[in-house]
Amino acid sequence: MRLQIYTQAIWRPRVPSSNRVRSSFPQTTRALIFAGLTAIGALTSGSTFAGDIQQGEKLYKACKACHQIGEGARNGVGPHLDGLFGRVAGSIDGFKYSNAMKAKGEDGLVWDEASLDQYLAKPRAFVPGTRMSYLGMKKPEDRTAIIAYLKAQSVAAPSVDPTAAAPARAEIGSAAMQIEGDAEYGEYLSSECVTCHQLSGHADGIPSIVGWPNEAFIRALFEYKSNIRTNQVMQNMTLNLGNEEIAALAAYFGSLDPK
Amino acid sequence: MPNLTRRSFGLLAGAGVASLAMPFYARAQGKPRAVVIGGGAGGATAARYIAKDSGGDIDVTLIEANPTYTTCFFSNLYLGGYRTFESITHSYDKLASNYGITVINGMAMMVDRDAKVVVMADGSKVPYDRLIVSPGIDLIYDSVPGYSAEAAEIMPHSWKAGAQTQLLKAKLDALENGQNVVMVAPPNPYRCPPGPYERVSMFAHVFKEKGFTDSKIIIIDPKEKFSKQALFQEGWAKYYPGMVEWYGPDVHGGLVKVDPATGEVETDLDTFKGDLVNVIPAQKAGMIAEKAGLTNETGFCPIDPASMRSKADDTVFVIGDACIAGDMPKSGFSANSQAKVAAMAIRGDLTGSRVFPAKYSNTCWSLIETNDGVKVGAQYAPTEEKIASTSTFISQTGEDAALRQQTYEESVGWYNGITADIFGS
Repeated sequence: MRLQIYTQAIWRPRVPSSNRVRSSFPQTTRALIFAGLTAIGALTSGSTFAGDIQQGEKLYKACKACHQIGEGARNGVGPHLDGLFGRVAGSIDGFKYSNAMKAKGEDGLVWDEASLDQYLAKPRAFVPGTRMSYLGMKKPEDRTAIIAYLKAQSVAAPSVDPTAAAPARAEIGSAAMQIEGDAEYGEYLSSECVTCHQLSGHADGIPSIVGWPNEAFIRALFEYKSNIRTNQVMQNMTLNLGNEEIAALAAYFGSLDPK
Repeated sequence: MPNLTRRSFGLLAGAGVASLAMPFYARAQGKPRAVVIGGGAGGATAARYIAKDSGGDIDVTLIEANPTYTTCFFSNLYLGGYRTFESITHSYDKLASNYGITVINGMAMMVDRDAKVVVMADGSKVPYDRLIVSPGIDLIYDSVPGYSAEAAEIMPHSWKAGAQTQLLKAKLDALENGQNVVMVAPPNPYRCPPGPYERVSMFAHVFKEKGFTDSKIIIIDPKEKFSKQALFQEGWAKYYPGMVEWYGPDVHGGLVKVDPATGEVETDLDTFKGDLVNVIPAQKAGMIAEKAGLTNETGFCPIDPASMRSKADDTVFVIGDACIAGDMPKSGFSANSQAKVAAMAIRGDLTGSRVFPAKYSNTCWSLIETNDGVKVGAQYAPTEEKIASTSTFISQTGEDAALRQQTYEESVGWYNGITADIFGS
């Protein structure tokens, strides 16, 4: 346990350890000790990561409804996470980011262990106005684990069977997905939604629902309808929505750009 | 372009008010006119939706007596110290600047339904083709013997948010350990069914924070049961053991009178002395609804459940707390939901736009203690005789802390969502 905390301390600093080692070289003895320690850190962190990664994989279940990672990952409700480390925030072409996230990227925010750690701790505090509805991960060790998992998945991009990448699960709401949603009808129906879900796409306690891919939106509503998702308000709201209505809502909200 | 025209027209109309030069508000030529009385959760939403969805084809005027609006919902959280007064107060600026709505800051005194004009306190007249009346509630002070508008300065009701809410907060904050609060709860039907009990929770929260172990909160209730009762009573026992005492009519036997001079609340059973007394009297539709002849013997306004149209007048709609909305509670959420149905019906009347079947919904969140929120809600559809609930839900007793925190966070998100939906963004 003590070892694990120690290796995290080595692993987590903002400055990559390779830079630190280099800057430490001009000093003689202390530098050698430091370099030695870093090497031990690097060695042990390999095995620690393995443990963390398993934990991280479990934790990632909370993310994967919206984020895809690994070979063949595409944008969903959230941007895909391949090549995440070193990526400028809000920079994937074609993904509907909040203005807040785009501004962060323009201000120079790059995703690395340190910035992800801060973001995941409390997304709305780190990027006020983010569309991400996740409230935050309190435990530092959980964040370390999930970042280790993300890093393993994202950087190594393990080869995945292409057929497995597109799972042939019995798609809930598939009938609604085949309907061309009437966005105008959706706009009318949306007046019930926007009492809580902000049209701006801001998420504070209530998820952002603008700019979602059509299928993800439809799937989510059907998951409420069939009690796979368990929010009482949404279960109640979706009770009387049919395929036409759900397709219309998906088309309307999907056509909007977050602010 | 139509927006620009309407905006500059709004300025002109405003200038007219200032100089009192024009007995009639000028209006865009040939455009049908929708006028809304009352800029709360119902009226402001209706004005915004008519303006937004008609794309400039309807001339929209919003009449509101106050320059800003303080929401009743979340005003208890201000009492509990969770919100600032500023954070629950909203401006009408965006309705004017972003949606081209003419906002008249004044008091509507009368509606001449034959001439289709609203008569303002200054004598000016606002003509309409369709009128929405959304005045909220008026308090029936004498429903509580000994209580009056003057007594409300000593025993605040704080059931219309604003100065009364600040007065109650000041009195609450001035209490010392060992001093007691007595609340006289209202009879049905009233604005915000769980509101009095959320307020009691906030009183108790403040006492607990200050370590007031000797203070009590006594509720004298004319009702035998109340909204979310099991949830509140579970929460009070859990967080504020021994602090809250609720007495229904079978215990106190009936309210005799209140005495603002002594702080006494007399019932058949006993006389309770409050260092702070919060009297929430019986309620009826806002005065203008009665003056316009839209109310019935209940003091509220009958409406057509499918459109929110007044039963008394096809060209008038009544929404929010002032109307008789069947199974829907009197809440900001309900008013906002009813406003959208009325706005759609009015656009159908005035521009022939498509009218979809009415749907209504409501959710009421309440905070019991920090990060412990509960909710109750339903969906509704019109039947021949009323707006009837089609499905309902309520938080359960014994829910875990994570779910309760999520429910609270959801209520904060809802507040941001609904206020953007009412006042524009």
